[in-house]
Amino acid sequence: MNKTLIASIVAAGVTVSAGAAAENIAIVGGKVHTMTSTGTLEKATILIEDNKITKVGKDITVSGEYRVIDATGKVVTPGLMGAFTSLGLVEVPSYGSGVDANAGKAAISAGLDASYAITPDTSLRDITRIEGFTSVASAVSQSATMFKGQGAIVTLGNDETPVTKARAFMVVDVSESGAHKAGGSRAALWVELRDALKQAEYAQNIRFTPQTEWHGMPVADVKALVPVVKGDTPLLVIAHRATDIRQVIALKEEFSSLNITLVGAAEGWRVADEIGAVGFSVILNPESNLPYSFQQNAATLANAGRLNEAGVNVAIGMNTHNIRLASQNAGNAVANGLPYQAGLASLTSSVAKIYGLEDTHGSLKAGMTADVVVWSGDPLEVMHAPTNVIINGEEVKLESRQTKLRDRYLSLESDKPVQYTRP
Amino acid sequence: MINKTLNKALFTGVSLLALATLAGCGEQEKKDTKEQDALVEINKNPFPSTYEPLPSEATLITNVTLLDGIGGQMENASILLENGKIKAVGTDITAPDGVKTIDGKGKWVTPGIVDAHSHLGVYATPDAHAHADGNEMTKPVTAAVWAEHSIWPQDPGFRRALAGGVTSMQILPGSANLVGGRSVTVKNLPDRTIQDMKFPDAPYGLKMACGENPKRVYGKKGGPMTRMGNVAGYRQAWIDAKAYKEQWEKYYDDYEAGENPKAPKRDLAKDTLAGVLDGDILVHMHCYRADEMVVMIDVMKEFDYQITSFQHGVEAYKIADKLAENNICSAMWADWWGFKMEAYDGIRENIPMVEQAGACAIVHSDSDQGIQRLNQEAAKALSDGQRAGIDISKAQAWTWLSANPAKSLGIFEKTGSLEVGKNADVVLWSADPFSTYAQAELVYIDGGLAFDRNNPESWAISDFELGQAGEGDHK
Repeated sequence: MNKTLIASIVAAGVTVSAGAAAENIAIVGGKVHTMTSTGTLEKATILIEDNKITKVGKDITVSGEYRVIDATGKVVTPGLMGAFTSLGLVEVPSYGSGVDANAGKAAISAGLDASYAITPDTSLRDITRIEGFTSVASAVSQSATMFKGQGAIVTLGNDETPVTKARAFMVVDVSESGAHKAGGSRAALWVELRDALKQAEYAQNIRFTPQTEWHGMPVADVKALVPVVKGDTPLLVIAHRATDIRQVIALKEEFSSLNITLVGAAEGWRVADEIGAVGFSVILNPESNLPYSFQQNAATLANAGRLNEAGVNVAIGMNTHNIRLASQNAGNAVANGLPYQAGLASLTSSVAKIYGLEDTHGSLKAGMTADVVVWSGDPLEVMHAPTNVIINGEEVKLESRQTKLRDRYLSLESDKPVQYTRP
Repeated sequence: MINKTLNKALFTGVSLLALATLAGCGEQEKKDTKEQDALVEINKNPFPSTYEPLPSEATLITNVTLLDGIGGQMENASILLENGKIKAVGTDITAPDGVKTIDGKGKWVTPGIVDAHSHLGVYATPDAHAHADGNEMTKPVTAAVWAEHSIWPQDPGFRRALAGGVTSMQILPGSANLVGGRSVTVKNLPDRTIQDMKFPDAPYGLKMACGENPKRVYGKKGGPMTRMGNVAGYRQAWIDAKAYKEQWEKYYDDYEAGENPKAPKRDLAKDTLAGVLDGDILVHMHCYRADEMVVMIDVMKEFDYQITSFQHGVEAYKIADKLAENNICSAMWADWWGFKMEAYDGIRENIPMVEQAGACAIVHSDSDQGIQRLNQEAAKALSDGQRAGIDISKAQAWTWLSANPAKSLGIFEKTGSLEVGKNADVVLWSADPFSTYAQAELVYIDGGLAFDRNNPESWAISDFELGQAGEGDHK
């Protein structure tokens, strides 16, 4: 049984690599969640040429130039997007090795640039993508100040240079942990943050040279904040307490160009209408329902649903090694009040919107990057899984070092040491 | 700590002193010469359970799909709860007069979930430093400490777990130490004191830990700083415990022989370790790596005790055959991996592969989040196993959540399955509990309704949450 499975996977792999760059793929017969105004199409067809989607709809004729993936009885979605991760920056975080996600000793903070550190040769790539995730937003998770620097958009395809957008967003932490780094109090944090943004406003007219007279924050930091205050780079703001979220709204009133997304927002539902009115998106973990600290006393499983009801764009997925569980997280948000389509969007189109990628990612229509997943059933159901994952037009093998470990120990041969078994 | 004869004597309520006196009657001349001091007895239960079940009314749930927790599935089933026990399970139960009847059409009934690994209360939320009471990180062997003396029953996590269908759990000290201390098994009915929650007559457990945590914590504090240092530490602890146990045995033997020996000085740590050697206390050992687990099986054999379970057996799949041979359960996550080197080889098929090898598989949480969705953890493991060609049913998979953990905690005679006469620890699910969307609707503990999802008035609110933002909200 197992051997057969492996054989078929290998065979599929050969087919894929033979035609990799130029292969045309038709996915036919599936229930297609387009995540566009077209909605969900039953028994629809998706055509892929090179790395783009060329057609999505019913009654599409498929010529012989396409390799056909039969999705009859299955569900098709855009590739899921990991909304808030450190993927590519960390292999084993605790007492381990391969960690670029912790820049706590760096002299710069807003200037940190994750794109230089990201590697495709991480075991997390394959482990994540075979669960339907085709790209992630990735940033360092630890820094010396409230700023965590500039994150990148990363594809989980076979690309040797996986960063598809460097310096794609800025992260700042205004929660209790951010205040801790600002000297221990929000009374210091908000003054410091305003000062940093003021400096960035001032610096946008400066062409820095080593001779430039500048007595503000480190030049690398202020330069990184310039596109943020201009609104060109999204600003992700980690906040939980309702009061803190109101401070973020006040900040937006003062720096009106800021393109803000809240991260965490455990008490977001308490200020849902205000968040909706100001137009912030929110990235959250909908399962966080415990008072981990006083700033999260009102945490509830109903958070995502209530924010959605107030018109807030909600994205789900805050994890790194297990960002693959964001689909389960979204399912639980749906079980607690988030409408189903918003649950799917929280992993796809809502994420794309936050990062300004809605023209290329997060939905299925002509012209989009061909990140497409075929599922055995409902992607938010814990017992379903991808059967086909296509990233940038290329179908990837459903294989990782975890599946190799599995296969090695499923087929233990007793006459020789296990390390001689090659799965 | 106490020999088998004495155990039996205490159990039957006849003191050894009385036995000695009776024996003395036949040997008058020898005994008359000696005055015996009162026998020193060790109270094994100085913090007794004061658990009282909730008031309950006889309840019949009908028309459900029922998983009995020991591998059986029944359609159109009914279950009758009466006087805190399961009175009947079947397809043709007629409602006795006055019984409350609940139509469960389209819904599922299972045994309450038993979590074999929780730190609720000892690492309570809010997770302030003030609440970090789970690791006595002062020396590598702290067998003297008992988790129940750290537990804060007001931890809001208990009620969240209840909403996930968890009716019992083992609360363990943390894993900083080679020997961390005693665990306690509780009913998930949060109350004023830990004694109010203690599962009546459940045996104690002993938390031990392999690998990275002890070496990380003690590496710069006198050791151990390596895995070989860890193993030396366990072995020395067992050697010391054996010597202590022998002292007490000699004391009781001498006393029984009519002498007037001086009782050894009690040592709380060795009391606990000797309790393991006597078979009274169950060893639950935090161990990730396959090779380390096998080393610990050898240590177990060297000192003649039993490891009841490996906790976090991330690599259990590599040695599932050896775990089966040695009758050791593995308590596992469905998919946690990679957060440290000893978790790097985690695979999603671990639990079903352990099951397939005929070993005892348990889905555990070790998490105030995971404990709320253990049914989904089992569902993931089941479907991953099925996709890998391992043929396991949903009914069999539920044994990972109830019967197997209950066995590992020594409470299976009372809970962990839907069998007549057992405690009525029962969950009514809104749908198939292997679905993400299913929710525990009604949770009964000893026949009392502890959680009713559709009646917010019934929801427990911890003292901490009173008067705070979010009090009484949907959680």
